[in-house]
Formats: sequence, C-alpha cells, structure tokens
Amino acid sequence: MELMSIVEVARQVWVVWLMLIFLGIVFWAMRPSNKSRFEDDAMIIFKNGNNGENGGHAHG
Amino acid sequence: MTSASLASSASTDTPNYHDDLIKKFVIAAMFWGIAGFLAGDFIAWQLAFPVLNLDLEWTTFGRLRPLHTSAVIFAFGGNILIGSSLYIVQRTSRVSLFGGAFLGNFIFWGYQLFIVLAATGYLLGITQGKEYAEPEWYVDLWITIVWVVYLLVFAGTVMTRKESHIYVANWFLLAFIITIAMLHLGNNPAVPAIFFGGEFTKSYIVWSGVQDAMTQWWYGHNAVGFFLTAGFLGMMYYFVPKQAERPVYSYRLSVIHFWALTFLYIWAGPHHLHYTALPDWVQTLGMTFSVMLWMPSWGGMINGVMTLGGAWHKLRTDPVLRFLVASVGFYGMSTFEGPLMSIKAVNSLSHYTDWTIGHVHSGALGWNALISFGAIYYLVPKLWNRERLYSLRMVGMHFWIATIGIVLYITSMWVSGIMQGLMWRTYDSLGFLQYSFIETVEAMHPYYIIRATGGLLFVLGALLMAYNLWKTAKGEIRDEAPIGLDVPASAR
Repeated sequence: MELMSIVEVARQVWVVWLMLIFLGIVFWAMRPSNKSRFEDDAMIIFKNGNNGENGGHAHG
Repeated sequence: MTSASLASSASTDTPNYHDDLIKKFVIAAMFWGIAGFLAGDFIAWQLAFPVLNLDLEWTTFGRLRPLHTSAVIFAFGGNILIGSSLYIVQRTSRVSLFGGAFLGNFIFWGYQLFIVLAATGYLLGITQGKEYAEPEWYVDLWITIVWVVYLLVFAGTVMTRKESHIYVANWFLLAFIITIAMLHLGNNPAVPAIFFGGEFTKSYIVWSGVQDAMTQWWYGHNAVGFFLTAGFLGMMYYFVPKQAERPVYSYRLSVIHFWALTFLYIWAGPHHLHYTALPDWVQTLGMTFSVMLWMPSWGGMINGVMTLGGAWHKLRTDPVLRFLVASVGFYGMSTFEGPLMSIKAVNSLSHYTDWTIGHVHSGALGWNALISFGAIYYLVPKLWNRERLYSLRMVGMHFWIATIGIVLYITSMWVSGIMQGLMWRTYDSLGFLQYSFIETVEAMHPYYIIRATGGLLFVLGALLMAYNLWKTAKGEIRDEAPIGLDVPASAR
C-alpha cells in the first residue's frame, strides 16, 4: 500500500523524471572529461573506407 | 572533386559495401521525385485554372493531391532516406550491410511496390482519408513488413559494427525508423469491410471522433518530426561534414540536439487542431511544446551551418556544398515559422489558409529537397566510381533555378494566405462578413499563378539535375571553366 502511493505520486510528476534524464544527458555531453572522446567520435566519418571507395569490388 | 580528403586511400580491410543497392535507391528517388514535382505543379496550375482537372474523376485535385504528397514525401524522400541511411550506416559502422544484398533488395522492391499500390489506389479513389496516411489497410500491412525488415537490416548493421561508437547520424536515422513504425501502427488500426461482406478496398479506422483526430495529428506531425526532420538530420550530420571536409562544428551539441528533439517533438501534434473539439489544455500543451522546439531546431541548424566555420570560401567553388548549406538555412527558417504558427493567436489567422501550404513547402522544398539534391550530387560520382560530376556549372544553375522557384512559392503563399485569412475575418459595420468565399478565391488567383511558376522552375531544375547525373553515370565530363574562381583576365 505504501509503495503504491509512492508510485502514484511519482507517476504524476513524470515530466520531472524526463527532465532529470535530459539534464543528465546534457551533463554527460558537456562534461570536460568527455570532450576529447566526442572530438574523436566526430572524426569517424573520415576514417579509412569511409570515402565512398568500395575496396575495389562492385556488387549488390 | 574531394581528392584532398582528411583520410584517403582505402585500406585492405575495407568491407564490401553494398553500393549497387544504394544506386537503385538513388535512381528511384530521382524518378519519383520528378514524378511527384510534376504532379504538384500540375495541381498548382489546376488551382489557378480549374479547367485543368479535365473533367475526369482520376485527374481531379482531390485524387492528385495525395498522389503528389505521397510521391514527394514517401517516394522521393523515402527512397533517398532509405538509400542514404544504408550508405551511411555501412560506412560509419565500417561493416557491410546486415542481411546482405537479399534483404537489401527486398526492402528496395518492397518499398517500390508500396508506392505503386498506394499511388494507383489514390487515382482510383481508394483511400482511408487520413492525411499523409491515405493507403488502405492491405497497403498498410505490406509496408509494415517492409519497414520491419528495414529496421532489422539497419539495426543489425549497427549491432555488428566495427566502430566502437555509433556515429550521431545513425542515432537520428534509427529514431526515424523506430518512430515511423510506432506512428504507423498507432494511426492505422482498421477493420477491413470485406470481413463483413463489404469491398476489399475499404476499411474503417477503429478510432473515432476527436480521438481519431488527435491520433491522426499525433501521427501527422511526428511524420514531419521524425521522417522529414530526424531522418534528414541524419543525412545532414553525414553529408555536410563530408562535403565540407571538416568534422561537425560541435559533436556535443549534436548529442544534445538529438535528445532534445526526441523528447519534445512527440508532443507537438495538437497544434494542428487549435479551436476544434480537442480539449483546450491539449491544444495549449501542443502549442507549448511546439514553441520549445525552437531550441533544438536552431541548435541543430547552428551546428550544421557552423560546420563550415573557417571554410566559407568553399561555397564559392562548390555548388554541391551550396545545396547542403542552403537546405540547413531553410531548415532554420521553416522551424522558426512553424512554432510561430502553432501559437493559438497566430494560428487563428493562418490555419486553413495558404500560409500553411507555403510553410510546408519552405520545409519540403527548401530543407528536404535541397539536402536530398546535395546528397545525391555527393553520392552519384562515388557510387558510379566517377572522378567527379559531369558538370558543376549545371549544379550551380540548378541551385539558383530551384532557389528562385522556392522563393516565388513561399512569398506568394505568404501574401495569398495572410490575405485570405484577413478577408475571412473582416466584418462590415453591421457585423456581417465583408467578403464572400468566392471573392477570396478570386483575390488569390494571381498568387496561384506565381506559385505554379515557382513550382515549374523547381521541376526544370530537377530535370537539369537528372540530365547531369545521367551524363555523370555514363562517365562523361563536360568541358567547362571551373566556377567561382576569379581568374585574372591576363590568365584566361
């Protein structure tokens, strides 16, 4: 019974939980210690085999 | 054209990408695109000169309009989205397509069958009457199967990737695929009439009344949000950095962009139902979330445009990049206009008028079509293993023809729509409506001609593009002076 009433209150403020998750994502994205990994991730599209070449094989 | 890329030669462990499949999607996108633009311009002329409906039921505005919208959104947009997503996911995962050529071809031919079934149905009057979800139940079931296979192939490729991180373009593309599946299933549950002795081609939606309206626009607006926005943003995050040969302005901003867009978009649908039977609080909710969408939309636009930071000079010499960057500019413009129009007071003027049509086309022509053109111009030389496009000058011409067409379209619809809305709400001193309906129609006539002319320019640009791509695929290179370079007279 106790637990159910907590669940009920928690459900009503669903928008708060979504906001907290989102703020967590923002924190994760902006954290200075993550800066270099994101800079590396942005370079994925320039790695080998990413420029349209097909390893010399054409097939479908 | 992009010989000086940041990473060059193919290493020996390059996977075998299924590029023949992507070629098919590119060809289909061009084919359906031109068909859809033509259908659109034809009905634009019909509005100016109603005699063009030819007095035939198959060619009336009511039947050709869904043909136009479905052809440009699902046939043109869908083919380039699916094709480029399968191109992007292979390269950013550095792995060949999950399911191989067989499943890939199933998606391609299955999707074309869906288009043909839907389009021929509209001409014959087979429709369930839900905007952007017109196909009847059997077509709905077929596209569900094709779409699940598409999800399987895309997700399977991501899951078997050789790259530890999932590049941000794939997040947007996966959100597009999953959300469209959810919307399609939520909006279309229907009871076929044939089970009760009726016609095969008729069904009844299980939702009714205002619930049906809300479900329809939950679907409709999120089709805008996840098909025409998230999907094409996936293209933006790959093709803009690739063509500019520099990484995206801020990868961290792209992460925030993705989640903000995903959290907010799903709530915006009720703004299509202002001042209807929909409860007021739902309308206000839809309006509020639409206004909040300003932030992620502009965050994304800034991220795309600023990717060119320090390389603006490339716009002078690279018309393909011009397409990509202008599309992001139009994205910023139409995502500014959209939230504005979702505000109830503005909507009371704009709704049911041509302003809405102008807004949709600033997004569809300016954002979706221009970025698709840019992506196709990027893809064709790579897919057909050509050194470069047949003619960059033609790309430059296409850019201006298309852009002038769009500007004519948008501005004429602004004037026409706002005038129409104002005429509807004008009262005389006795409290009677000042104008009859036919007077508003007459007043809009010149703007309909301007709009149709703009559309014609857009079609001509696409035909020029098709010619250029055809020549490129054949391996020809046009003898022409390079563009944008200021060549001194003495050196000519």
